[in-house]
Parts: sequence; structure tokens; C-alpha cells
Amino acid sequence: MKRLVILGAGTAGTMMANHLDHELNPSEWEIVIIDERKEHYYQPGYLFLPFDIYTPEDIIKPIQKFIPKKVQLLNEKIEKINAKENEVWLSKGESLHYDVLIIATGAKIAPGEIQGMQGEEWYRTVFDFYTFEGALALRDKLRVWEGGKLVVHITEMPIKCPVAPLEFAFLADSFFRHKKMRDKVEITYVTPLDGAFTKPRATAALNHLLEEKNIAIESDFAIAEVDNENKKIIDYGGREIPFDLLVTVPTNKGDELMERSGLGDELNYVPTNKSTLQSMAFPDIFVLGDASNIPASKAGSVAHFQAEVLTKNILSYIKGEPMKEEFDGHANCFVETGNGKALLIDFNYTHEPVEGSFPFSGFGPLSLLKESRMNHIGKLAFKWVYWNVLLKGIPIPFVPAKMQEAGKHF
Amino acid sequence: MEKAICNTTIEVNEEGFMINFSEWNKEIGEELAREAMIELSERHWEIIEYIQDEHRKEVPLSIRKIGKSGVVDIKEFYALFPKAPLKTATKIAGVPKPASCI
Ligand SMILES: Cc1cc2nc3c(=O)[nH]c(=O)nc-3n(C[C@H](O)[C@H](O)[C@H](O)COP(=O)(O)OP(=O)(O)OC[C@H]3O[C@@H](n4cnc5c(N)ncnc54)[C@H](O)[C@@H]3O)c2cc1C
Repeated sequence: MKRLVILGAGTAGTMMANHLDHELNPSEWEIVIIDERKEHYYQPGYLFLPFDIYTPEDIIKPIQKFIPKKVQLLNEKIEKINAKENEVWLSKGESLHYDVLIIATGAKIAPGEIQGMQGEEWYRTVFDFYTFEGALALRDKLRVWEGGKLVVHITEMPIKCPVAPLEFAFLADSFFRHKKMRDKVEITYVTPLDGAFTKPRATAALNHLLEEKNIAIESDFAIAEVDNENKKIIDYGGREIPFDLLVTVPTNKGDELMERSGLGDELNYVPTNKSTLQSMAFPDIFVLGDASNIPASKAGSVAHFQAEVLTKNILSYIKGEPMKEEFDGHANCFVETGNGKALLIDFNYTHEPVEGSFPFSGFGPLSLLKESRMNHIGKLAFKWVYWNVLLKGIPIPFVPAKMQEAGKHF
Repeated sequence: MEKAICNTTIEVNEEGFMINFSEWNKEIGEELAREAMIELSERHWEIIEYIQDEHRKEVPLSIRKIGKSGVVDIKEFYALFPKAPLKTATKIAGVPKPASCI
């Protein structure tokens, strides 16, 4: 009996467990998946929780519910990967042999990287919304906040779902409008990039939206410090931005397990072949989702496309055949723009986000790079799709892993 | 697009980043620095050389990585190439704008 071990039962690990459960012969392969948590968190929901649009119940469900019966789920912290011996060490001291290993341990925030970020104002006037705790604490704050300077801030790239902080700023604008207190709130969007987004074409569209919503942008800001006493953030060049409420996205890093195992780069991401998703260091290790260092967006939609490619590659690898499938960097993200609207962007390693219609060329019903109510409905529907389709590894109808070019204006 | 510089022409993108690193030489670097209003010192050159080495090794660049390189700390990097140091330094070094931002 051979054993395939999946590390992490988040978005990517759960999808792989479901795919491989269908594909691997149970008389030859045993599948084990390990996660330290008992609950699966729907992270895209963290964007909506602070504004009372979603409740905690929308966001948290038991992991077990999404893992196939034949797959063994271990609820333990992973201590170390001993790749030379094909072993995974768990925190209680046991170790587990693997024939094939899939790393899907994701990325998490590391506020400790910036001086003062986790200081005395943390969860008083300084919040993150990239954790459940942070989003919930921020919800409670926003319910009573009386206004002032709201600063929405990104520490450094790469981050999960790079549009989420922008969406936060857009949603904040519409939240305060509804509360009839927009005139009491000054919103500033602070980014280390030189514009609203990482891709020039989408940046132009998004910069325009910021202006329209009266959100100021401060670009090229590389934060050195959060000054808790004077409530301002300071960058390495000495630039200072004052805040009454700071909503920051701290540095994102892979799990420390990678550092302990000598498998990560300086941000604990695992060096990975960007088309086959095989680890650069060990042929029997594969990496998908936020845990890898490939130059694709860290997003659930990306993990979904990767899972389809990786399943085929693992089957080839096991048979000793060449891995033919290539991941093209395909990402597909709804960008919530407030007031019940959203836009949709679709891009890959080589193509920038484009205009057009999606998923049916010339028809839609979703429009790329343009605000529409239909896109917003798409974004909210994503929650249902996530829990009921994505995690189970069912392909999304009409949206293949490889990006389609018809109907798009390159 | 083409850009005339130091009695020759180089290929640049719309932001002024060189497209072919092989077209770069020290003279061009000096001229690009002048355009960015930077007078290059010994220290500047050490950093530019480090950036070019990393580029040759195909290692993606980020401010964090440069800060941890042992060549320069982030504070000094900002002092040498003010405002957007990574962008300015890579432009002068003739390497593509870092895509540490996806
Ligand atoms: C605010 C926000 C908004 C987002 N919005 C969107 C969106 O609109 N669309 C979209 O597509 N994506 C979105 N994303 C991104 C998406 O949630 C992630 O890309 C996706 O969850 C990545 O899946 P993953 O499996 O790689 O990591 P995760 O889902 O984070 O799973 C990693 C798992 O590994 C476990 N683990 C890690 N280390 C250990 C260890 N040492 N021992 C045991 N277990 C361990 C963790 O407990 C976790 O369950 C958003 C993310 C955030 C934070």
C-alpha cells in the first residue's frame, strides 16, 4: 500500500483530497490529509464580516464535512517535513511516511514583521481583516466608530487576494454612505505599489474608481513602523500618514513549518515549478495554493485551476510518465466595488486583465473590468459555489483551468 | 519604444525600463541615474551590481530581499534611492521592473 499525504485541509488541500479520492485506486493508495484546525474558514468572507454583510456562521464550517470518507483526516499540527527520508513529523511526536506529498499549508499574516504593528493599538485602532479574529474585532469597532481618518493599508507584496484591500476601501465608502456619515470619514488607500493594483490595465480602471469614490491614494509607501502613540504610519523615506483607524494587511508568509524543514524561501514560500507545480527541490513533493512561490495570484480561484492541473500531473508522475499538464497562472477574481456592484478580472501569467464578457464570449452575463450589478451577484454567489462546488473539486461549468481568449479584448 | 541615449539607442517600455539588459553599460547607467536625479556613488554601484547579479541568476527582487542581502539595509537603500528605491535602482541597473507584486 502506498501513501499520499496532503498537508493542510484549507481550500487547496480539500480540493486535492476530493479529486484524488476519485482518481487513485483505493487498493493501492491510501490518502491522508492533516490540519491543525477542526474548522474550515471561508476567507473571502472576511471581507464582508466587518460590514455586517456576512455572519460568522456564513464563514465557518467543519473541515470533516468536505473530506471524502475514504480519506483519513488527522487533526494535528505539522511540525516538520523530513524530505530526505519521506517523512512528516507531527507535533505529538509521531511521524508518517509518504510516497507522494502535497503541500497546501497556505499563507498567513505576520504582523510581527513591522515594528509597532502589534503594539498597544492592535485591535483597538489598528486592525487586520485577513484573520477571522481580526475581521470580527473590526466589525465590532465599525459598529460604534464615529468617524475620522480611515487608512486602508498594504504592508508588502505578495498578499493573498491582492484586490481584497481595495475592495475593503470600496465597501467602507458605501458602508459609511449608508450610515449617513461618509462626510465624517476621510478614506486613504496606502500601498507599496505605484498604483491601485499590480497589473497596469486593471490599475487604470481601479484608480478611476478610487477617485470617483473620493478615496485618496498614497502609493510607493514602504512601511517602516506603526507609531502607536501618535497614531501614524511612517515609511522608510520618512513619509508619515496619520490615522484614527488603521486597517492593515500585514506581511503574508507561508507557514513556519517550511522554515523548520528547510523548504521555504525568505517568506517561507516553497520554491515550485510554475507550470507543473512540482517542488524544485524534491520530485515527490508537489505544492499548490498560497503555499508556493509561483508568480500567480494567491487566490482560491487560482488554487481551483491548479488542482485540476495537479491532479493530472500526479497521476502521470505515479505512472512514471512525463507531466504534460501546464498551469498557465489563470486567475479569475470578482472585485467588489460597493453599492451592490462589482467588477470581474481574468488574467494569467502572460495576459493582463482584459475587457470583454465572461464566461460566454460576446454574451456574458458577467462583464470583465466593468462595474455591474451582475458581477456583484456573482461575487456573493461565489460563497455558495465555494462550499458546494469548489471544495468538492467539481469543475465550474464553462470555466476551464486554462484561460480562454474568445470574447476578450486583448 | 526606442530611446536615444549616450550616442546609441536602447529599447525601453512605456515606463522607461530597459527591455534588453544586454544593451546596458555603465555609461547608460550613469545617464539613467542622471535622469532620476541621482548622483551615483561607490555605494550606489555596489547595490546596482548586486541587483544585476540577482537578475542574472533569475532571482526575483523585492525590497525585503535587498534589505536582508547584507549589501544594504532598507533605510540606507531609501537614503540612496529616495521615494521608490527598488523601482529607481532597477531602472538604472537596466533590469526589468520587479514583479514582486502580483
Ligand atoms: C480577506 C480575504 C479575501 C479573499 N477573497 C478571495 C476571493 O474573493 N476569491 C478568491 O478566489 N480568493 C480569495 N481569497 C484567497 C483565498 O482564501 C486563498 O487563496 C485560499 O484559501 C488558499 O487556499 P490554501 O489551501 O492554499 O490555504 P488555506 O485555505 O489558508 O489553507 C491552509 C490550511 O493549512 C493548515 N495549516 C497550515 N500550517 C499548518 C501546520 N503547521 N499544521 C497543520 N495545519 C496547518 C491551516 O490550518 C489551513 O487550514 C481571500 C483571502 C482573504 C484573506
